[in-house]
Amino acid sequence: MELYTRRRLLNRINLTASLLTTILALSFLVWIIAVLFIKGFSAIHWGLFTEMTPPPGAQGGGLANALVGSLMLTIAAILIGTPIGILAGTYLAEYGKYGLFSEIVRTINDVLLSAPSIIIGVFVYELIVIRQGHYSGWAGAVALAIIVIPVVLRTTENMLKLVPIHMREAAAALGAPRWKVIVQVVYKAAVAGIVTGVLLATARITGETAPLLFTALNNQFWSTDMNGPLANLPVVIFQFAMSPYDDWRELAWAAALLITVLVLGMNILTRTLLRDRK
Amino acid sequence: MSLERSLRGLALGDFAFRAITLLFAFLVLLLLAGIIIMLVQGAMPAFKAFGWDFITNETWDPVRDDYGAWAPIVGTVVAALIAMLIGLPLSFGISIFITEMAPQWLKRPVGTAVELLAAVPSIIYGMWGLFFFAPFFAKHVQPLLVASLGDVPLLGALFQMPITGGSSGVSVLTAGIVLAIMIVPFMAAVMRDVFEVVPSVLRESAYGMGATTWEVIRNVVLPYTKVGVVGGIMLGLGRALGETMAVTFVIGNASKLPTSLLEPGNTIAAKLANEFNEADGLQMDALIAMGLILFAITFVVLLLSKLLLMRLTLTQEGQKT
Repeated sequence: MELYTRRRLLNRINLTASLLTTILALSFLVWIIAVLFIKGFSAIHWGLFTEMTPPPGAQGGGLANALVGSLMLTIAAILIGTPIGILAGTYLAEYGKYGLFSEIVRTINDVLLSAPSIIIGVFVYELIVIRQGHYSGWAGAVALAIIVIPVVLRTTENMLKLVPIHMREAAAALGAPRWKVIVQVVYKAAVAGIVTGVLLATARITGETAPLLFTALNNQFWSTDMNGPLANLPVVIFQFAMSPYDDWRELAWAAALLITVLVLGMNILTRTLLRDRK
Repeated sequence: MSLERSLRGLALGDFAFRAITLLFAFLVLLLLAGIIIMLVQGAMPAFKAFGWDFITNETWDPVRDDYGAWAPIVGTVVAALIAMLIGLPLSFGISIFITEMAPQWLKRPVGTAVELLAAVPSIIYGMWGLFFFAPFFAKHVQPLLVASLGDVPLLGALFQMPITGGSSGVSVLTAGIVLAIMIVPFMAAVMRDVFEVVPSVLRESAYGMGATTWEVIRNVVLPYTKVGVVGGIMLGLGRALGETMAVTFVIGNASKLPTSLLEPGNTIAAKLANEFNEADGLQMDALIAMGLILFAITFVVLLLSKLLLMRLTLTQEGQKT
């Protein structure tokens, strides 16, 4: 009987501890989100979308140039990274399912997936910025594309593998060559999944700051020139939050809220897309 | 004749498509090779100038052009260890709660919340750390730590109040805690996925023999998923080592090696973020060399985690067949 009570007691203690850690961790996270929404909402106004980022000491100002810059960087990065990721993922899922080469590619891809993003910034700085002689939007887009590739590659491979083999066999039996089977049948069946991967990658790069610090840098003025330094939300947040000006910090909170809402929105969208598939 | 030609066309199309996909798969390997080559190339001048002493040299002096990576390396490792020390029990608790304890209606919302939090950009954690957590820490936690642990022999040295008074709360310990909070959702999500691969037959048979929930976790779930759990931990460690934004805000960017956890310090990633744009010449080379060191450390950690997680799926598949 004593053993029984001890076992029950131990069980009770450990489960309570687990419950408490969950509550503790979640309350920290609630604290962060609450702070972000309170600080962010009070800083959001229409001017954010129409005015430029202010020079030091100036009153007011907005984030218009940073919003446009971020949008351009994201679109360019997705356009560069997505085809590479999808095609490489296609190879892994359709042609090289088992070989050693594929296994190596998969492993390296997973390492790149969580490699420190600041290292990617240093890499692109050496690859492009030094050669060009100046910071540029293209360098930023390439750095972000390097983050997009592993995400898209992995989801594409997983999603293509979910397509039933019968569909491929049926198409092949009709005389379709392999590439037509893949492009017209397999891709079509997996399109929701692939879109999910692209969305996830977009969400991931929306908040990435470190790779942009040494590539796109920032630009206080309105610019849509991908060949020069380009304003973008993450670097604006970084510079403005670290600044001593209250106005700038307000803008940083507003930008932080915008980014978080965008990222969470995209994540929720991918969830609903995936759930519909199941 | 025309049939033969069109068949040849088809075969050519097949060959071309396969070649293109293979090319892009190869590009992934090329990317890694490119990163390594570029980093090594950029780091070469620094290693030539300082030799292996670069790693163990504590000074960072742009005036005399004398650089060493020791302080940021120690800072990186210490901050990541603090993050693991705090983050591990927390994420373990959460994943246990979700998989073994929570009623069905609660599983999904808590799981989703954790996954969404793992997606919040790290710069948000950094801002919160700088404006809210660091002041809170300086006012309420720091004095408590100094009073309770400051006099303990050996350990006490780590909890001495910094000379500046530590009123800003910016320190290595703060950075470690913010990092911990950042990687908890991530590690919890991985661990939950790992715990969920345990076949319910195993759980049910243990329960059927009268095991308590904790005994099921301790003697069935953990042994079965051991490898995967370690893999998940390593994945979190990889994140913590390479994280830039969450750390840069709260670590204080000190160039000296701190003697107490309550003093400001630096990590490799934070140092890069702060100094890279203003550096040139040998200082730039030294920064790139530190980047190479960081990449090497995280590469090994991530590779290990990947191999461990792979072994879990292998045993799982082995048992299915």
